Order: sequence, then structure tokens, then C-alpha cells
Amino acid sequence: MDRLKLFIPLIVFMVLAPILYWGLGRDPQAMPSALISSPVPAFELPALATLNDDARQGAGVSPQLLSEKIFKGRVSLLNVWATWCVSCRVEHPYLLSIAEKGVPIIGLNYKDEPEEAGHWLRDYGNPYEQTIADRKGSLGLDLGVFGAPETYLIDHLGVIRYKHIGVVDDRVWASSLAPRYAQLLEAASASQ
Amino acid sequence: MIAELGHFSLILALCLAMAQAVIPLVGTFANKPLWISCARPLSGGQFVFVAISFACLVTVFLQDDFSVAYVAHNSNALLPAYFKVSAVWGAHEGSLLLWALILAGWTLAVALFSRSLPADMVARVLSVMGMIAVGFYLFMLFTSNPFERLLPFPPSVGKDLNPLLQDIGLIIHPPMLYMGYVGFSVAFAFAIAALLAGRMDSAWARWTRPWTNAAWSFLTVGIGLGSWWAYYELGWGGWWFWDPVENASLMPWLAGTALIHSLAASEKRGLFRSWTLLLAILAFSLSLLGTFLVRSGVLTSVHAFATDPTRGVFILAFLAVVIGGSLLLFALRSSTLGASPGFSWLSREAALLLNNVLLMVILAVILLGTLYPLIADVMGWGKISVGPPYFNFFVVPLGLMLALVLAPGSTLQWKGQANSNRLLALVKSPLILSVVLSVACLLLARWPLKISALLGLSAALWVVLFTLRDAWRKGAHPQGRMTGLRRLRKSYWGMIIAHLGIAVLIVGVNLSSNYSDQRDVRLSPGERVDVANYQFLFHSIEQVEGPNYRAQRGRIEVFSHVEKAEGNAEAIPPVDKPVVVLWPEKRRYMASGSIMTEADIDGGLFRDLYVALGETLGKEGAWSVRVYVKPFVRWIWLGALMIALGGVIAAFDKRYRKGIVEQRVDSSLDKGADKNVLTTGEAGLSGKAGLSQKEIT
Repeated sequence: MDRLKLFIPLIVFMVLAPILYWGLGRDPQAMPSALISSPVPAFELPALATLNDDARQGAGVSPQLLSEKIFKGRVSLLNVWATWCVSCRVEHPYLLSIAEKGVPIIGLNYKDEPEEAGHWLRDYGNPYEQTIADRKGSLGLDLGVFGAPETYLIDHLGVIRYKHIGVVDDRVWASSLAPRYAQLLEAASASQ
Repeated sequence: MIAELGHFSLILALCLAMAQAVIPLVGTFANKPLWISCARPLSGGQFVFVAISFACLVTVFLQDDFSVAYVAHNSNALLPAYFKVSAVWGAHEGSLLLWALILAGWTLAVALFSRSLPADMVARVLSVMGMIAVGFYLFMLFTSNPFERLLPFPPSVGKDLNPLLQDIGLIIHPPMLYMGYVGFSVAFAFAIAALLAGRMDSAWARWTRPWTNAAWSFLTVGIGLGSWWAYYELGWGGWWFWDPVENASLMPWLAGTALIHSLAASEKRGLFRSWTLLLAILAFSLSLLGTFLVRSGVLTSVHAFATDPTRGVFILAFLAVVIGGSLLLFALRSSTLGASPGFSWLSREAALLLNNVLLMVILAVILLGTLYPLIADVMGWGKISVGPPYFNFFVVPLGLMLALVLAPGSTLQWKGQANSNRLLALVKSPLILSVVLSVACLLLARWPLKISALLGLSAALWVVLFTLRDAWRKGAHPQGRMTGLRRLRKSYWGMIIAHLGIAVLIVGVNLSSNYSDQRDVRLSPGERVDVANYQFLFHSIEQVEGPNYRAQRGRIEVFSHVEKAEGNAEAIPPVDKPVVVLWPEKRRYMASGSIMTEADIDGGLFRDLYVALGETLGKEGAWSVRVYVKPFVRWIWLGALMIALGGVIAAFDKRYRKGIVEQRVDSSLDKGADKNVLTTGEAGLSGKAGLSQKEIT
């Protein structure tokens, strides 16, 4: 019996090793937040466009508020960006091109100046259907944003399905985003 | 050319390590003295070649040779030279090379300073270390070669070192940590050698103790530095985040702490022998596991290095061989070590046992918490992250219990006598005194009385009272107390200092977490904010240029309130006494475009003033500013330094050297060195003489 006791450490290790091996197959970069398969967190933030609308401001009308409801009803992308983010500039033309193909993209202007963000969209083009102005980064915090740019794939029920950290380009779109996007579209049309 | 030279040296180091792993060990089985005596020269050669390889990598960094992929990814022509050197271990490949260099260094140190150990013992130890080295060299050459070229189109500028890592803390933190991690390989190799030989006696424990102490002290400093770095560089004001990588460094430390204590029992009383061996294996296994967790990207962490599944598979296979193999050897051989003598429940042995049990429980809690997200994922229980609440909930009370046991335990006699009255007599006055004193301290500092603060402070004072009382008593001497104190052994002094360090650490953790004051405020230039007894004036903000970044630098003037004396007839308004001007920065690094928060801290023994810039808010130059006043936070790192210092002092105890000399006379195999036994015995330890003799044999 005493001799068997000496095998306990070995057995513990042998149980642990396969778990570690399995862990290798995971990609923590693809899923660093616990938010995959959960709905977009509730939020109520102003739309960038109305924030910069001088006429509106002059009339004393408060800016239009967006909420998580904008993600319901169709498959969309949520792209986190900011004017201080150099990589976002790199990514921008590609976002324009997929927006042209008809992919709905919602922008999340993260910890940024609305005015500068407005200039940016005017200067470089606007791929976004709507842009949420998250000046304090509160929605970013709820989403677990690492840094800009980040892109979330959200299904027609408003549930986050995939997260990509870093620039979206041809390669990323073709290899990880497009197949999932197509899949979600199919699922969405099947459920209707 | 230099990169190729480095690559080639690395291959040569691998070849020598292979020879070192096989030849001496075969020699011990076949009883061939010549083969056995190969161990030392081979480990010397291995060190030389890995050192050349490392020097080559440093050189290509200093030369900005961006055709080397690793340099292109982690350096930049604008980077200051000292950061170019530290960038060598700023990412995966180079830090592995540093790891291998340090391993070769420890191996060489064992070869040099063990000249009077039985030759077969040295041969086994060096062989085992050679095997570990082979694993690391293969890993580097197959999956993570730092000398790989980016040809034929090398980039003209490098991507730059991660700005988080451009810091003095990073220059020394990883080498210290690796010295600790890798240093445990010595204790591990001694344990495996003992298992192979089927012999583990008090001489073995005496050989192993200084090595374990040294490694453990390095690890202590490394962890302390990491915590300090996180405190001032990450800009969050915290000093420990229970991040998987932090846990990965804490776990071997806990195992090492347990090992140090159980080695004491093994040396003095021949107790816990197989347990000690298991701890030696565990400490190093956890170091390797830590490497696996950091390098494979299995767990999400702020420290995550580039993740690459092939690397993960390789490390895991290596882990399976090293840990699985050694645990199998342990299971098969440790029962041959013989029975242990008994002891009473009120003895130092019992206290050490309790120490080990508590440390193992803490270790298990942390291991479970660290791996739980992974286990839950495997079991399909969903994605879960285990956060600080879990760790604090378990570790804080367990740590306090450890302090409670430590204090009286370290003053108990070996063997001891079970007697409840003696226990009561022992603890009564320190218990009352520590509680009374801690209440007095809090009242004196005009802090609100909190139960948690009181508990922590009492525990710290409890440790201090016991430790000092014991030193006072042991210092009694007919020729006066000074003589008596000077006569105490270094290992005793080491213990005293380390235990006082624990008390200092507890004070720091306790007071800073209970009485810190923190504000996140919006400040425009000219505005003020009051935090604790200080007033922070946001004076102005300006643009500054660094060597490879541009920064916004705030000027924040801090004043302390000097309250007017009460009952004073003349109404003097409260005066603001200037304390310090702080310069927090928000940096934008040119090459990578990343933004970094550089907090500015005015440190002091009793409080830190900490200011970090958040984001700009609006046109008027307002910023969100984070302001902390943290009392006694420095004591955390002061305590860690004292603990490490204690370990180092204990490692230099004469007894370990004397033991070696006596052993030397006994050893019959070590014939070549027998001629001048007593003189080189001491000199061998100081290094130089041992080296010159190595070539002769």
C-alpha cells in the first residue's frame, strides 16, 4: 500500500498532461473574452453622426442614442476603431471594400474625440452603417476590448460569434471571417 | 556571419550537452572513472559554446542586423543600446537562449563548487543537468531558432521592442526569474542522482541546501521585480494580479519554500526524505510547467508570447519526459530510502510539517485556479475565468495561518516534548503584545480600525516578536550579547532575516490594500484634487520627445496639508506645503504606434504617491487622471528583498563548506584531487582554483 502511495504524483501528472495537450488546440487569441456565444452587452451610447451634427446641437436636440438592438435582425460586424490607432488606418480601405460588397459594419469609435472621428470618416470614407461613440470606453470595457482594431462577428440574434484581434485584411477575411459570416447568414435565413 | 557563428556554437553546445548527459552516467553504471571524470570538462565546454552563441545574438542586436528575423521583430535602430541588449530576452527565442545560458552557468557552477563531492554523485548530477540542457537546445534549434535569417529581403527598420518591455525592470526581471527557475534544476538533479544511487542521507541534504537557497533567493528577487514592474509600468497601481504567468512563477516559489524547510528536517533529523525528493522534483517541474503555460499560449495572459502549437507540443513532450520520468523514478526508487524517526507534536519537526502542508495547500489552490479555466473548457463546463476574488479568498487566510505557525515554530526545539502548558506559555505574551501593539499603531497613524488590517498587522508583529525574542535568547553568551549574536550561525541569521522579511511583506500587503486611497478624476490645467492628506494640482501638460517615442507629459504638483494647531488664537489658514512635482507621461512609440502610460511615483518608506495619465477629455486640455496614495506599499518589495537576502546569507553558512571538506577526505574515487585536500577544499568554493584544476583532471 505504501509503495502504491508513491505513484500518486505520477498519476496526477498523467491526468494533467492530456488536459494540457488538449489546451494546445485552443486558440486563446481568437477567444480572449468570455463573450463568445453571449449577446452583445447592453449599452446606450450616442451615434457619432448626430453628435457631430451642428444643426442638431444648435437646436438643442440631444444626440440619437444607439443600443444593442441595432445588432438584431441581421448578421453584422462590429469594428472597434479610433483615430489614434495607426493600424485602423491600414485596415480602413479593406473595410470600405467589404462594406461595398454589402456586409453591414457597425463602428465602435473607441475612446476618441467625436470631432476628429468625424473628420476621419469624411476624409477616408465611411464603411460603417452606424458608428457608436464610446468616448469613455465603457462598451469597450464590457466587450473586453484589448485595443483597436478589433472585429466582432455578430449573428442575427445579436449574439457575438467570433472575435478577431488586429487588422482585418484579405487573408484574415478569407480564412477566418468570411466562412463564419456565410455560415451565420445561412443559419439566419434558415430560422426565418 | 555572426548569426551563423552563433547558430553553429549552439549546435556544438548541443553536442557537448548530449555527451555530458550520456557519458558520465554510463560511467557510473559501468564503473569507469575516466568516463565519470568527463562530466566537469564537458559542462565547461558546453558553457563556453552557449556563451559564444549568446554573445553573437547580443552582437547582432547591437549591430541592428535586421536580416536576422528575431532582431527585426524585436528591435529598432532608434532603440537605446541598453534596451537593444535587453531586447535579446524580450521575446520567445532569445529568452530561451538566456535560459540555456543560465542553465549552462548553473551546471558549470555545480562542476566548479562540488569538487569534494563523491565523483559518482557529481557525474550523476551533471548528467541529469545535461539531459535538461539537451531538451532546451533541441527545442531552440527545431522550433525557435533566434538566428534565423529574413533573406533575401531584409527589412530596413525593425519592428521595435514592445514598449511595455522598454524598461529597467525588464532588463533584470527575466534573468533573475530564470536564475531561480533554472536554479531549481540543481536541486532536481541532486534528487534524481539520489534516486539513481538509492542513497539519500544528511550529507545529501547538506549539499543540496545551499543550491536550493541560492535558486530560491533569485526566484524571490525575480518575482519581487516582476511585481514592482507591474506596479509602476502597467499604470494600474496594483502589484499582483493573479495572472496565470504570475501564478506560474509563484508556484515553483511555494514548492521551493517548502523544499527549503523540509531539507532542514532531512538534514538535521533524517526526516521526510522521500517527501524532500518529491519537492525537489516538484519545484523544477513547476518551473517547466510555468514555461509551458507562458510559451504555448494555453492560457490567456498579458505576458503571452507568440503562440505556436508546434512549440507547445514540443514543450509538452519535454515536460512528459522530464516530469513523468522523474516521478516514475521516484515511485520506483524512493521506498529504498529507509524509515524516518518519530517526533512529538510540539517540536520543530511538527512545525516544519505544518509549514509544508500549508504551503502545499496554497500551491494546490493556485494550481487549480490557474488551470481551472482549461479544465472547465475540457469538461465542457463553459469558458470561465478565475479571478482575484478566488485567489484572495483562499490564499490570504492560508498565508496568515502560515505566519501564525511560522513564528512559534521557528523557535521550537528539534524532537521537542508535547505539552499543552508549554505551548500556552510560549504564545501567551506575544499574542497579547502583538494585538495591543497593532491597535496602538493604527490609532497612532489615525487610521480607522478595520478587522482585516488589525489581523494582518497583528500577524506581522507576532512574527517579529517571536523572531526577535528567539534571537535575543540565542544570543546570550558569557562574553556579552554582541559576541553571542556574532557567534550565531549564518544559516540562523538567514532564517531570522527571511522571517522578518515575511513580516515586512505582510505589513506592506496589509496596509496598502486596506488604507490605499484612489481617485480617477477629470482635471483641467490649474485644477486640484484632494486625496488622503495630499492635494494634487494639475499644473500643465507639455509635449516631449524621447529617443523612440513622443509623449505628453503632465506636471502635477503635490502639496500636503499642514493643519493649524488647535486652540491657536491667531487664525492661521491651513498651509499647503509643497511635497513633490510628478511628471506622468502618455507615450506614443513611433515604430509600433502603441500608446503607453508611464506613471510617475514619489516613493517613500511610509507612502507612495502615484499619478498616471488616462485619456484626454475635450478641447480645454482636460485629462482623466488617476491618483493613488498608497501607504507602506514599498514594504512589499522590501520584504521580498529581505526574504531573498536571508536565503543568500543562509547559503553561505560555514557548515555547508565544512561538510564538503570532510566529505572530500572520505571520498575515495576523487583521487586526482586528493593531493591538496584541505587547501583546495575551501578555495574550490571561491571558484578560481577549481577551474584551473578541472583541466588537469
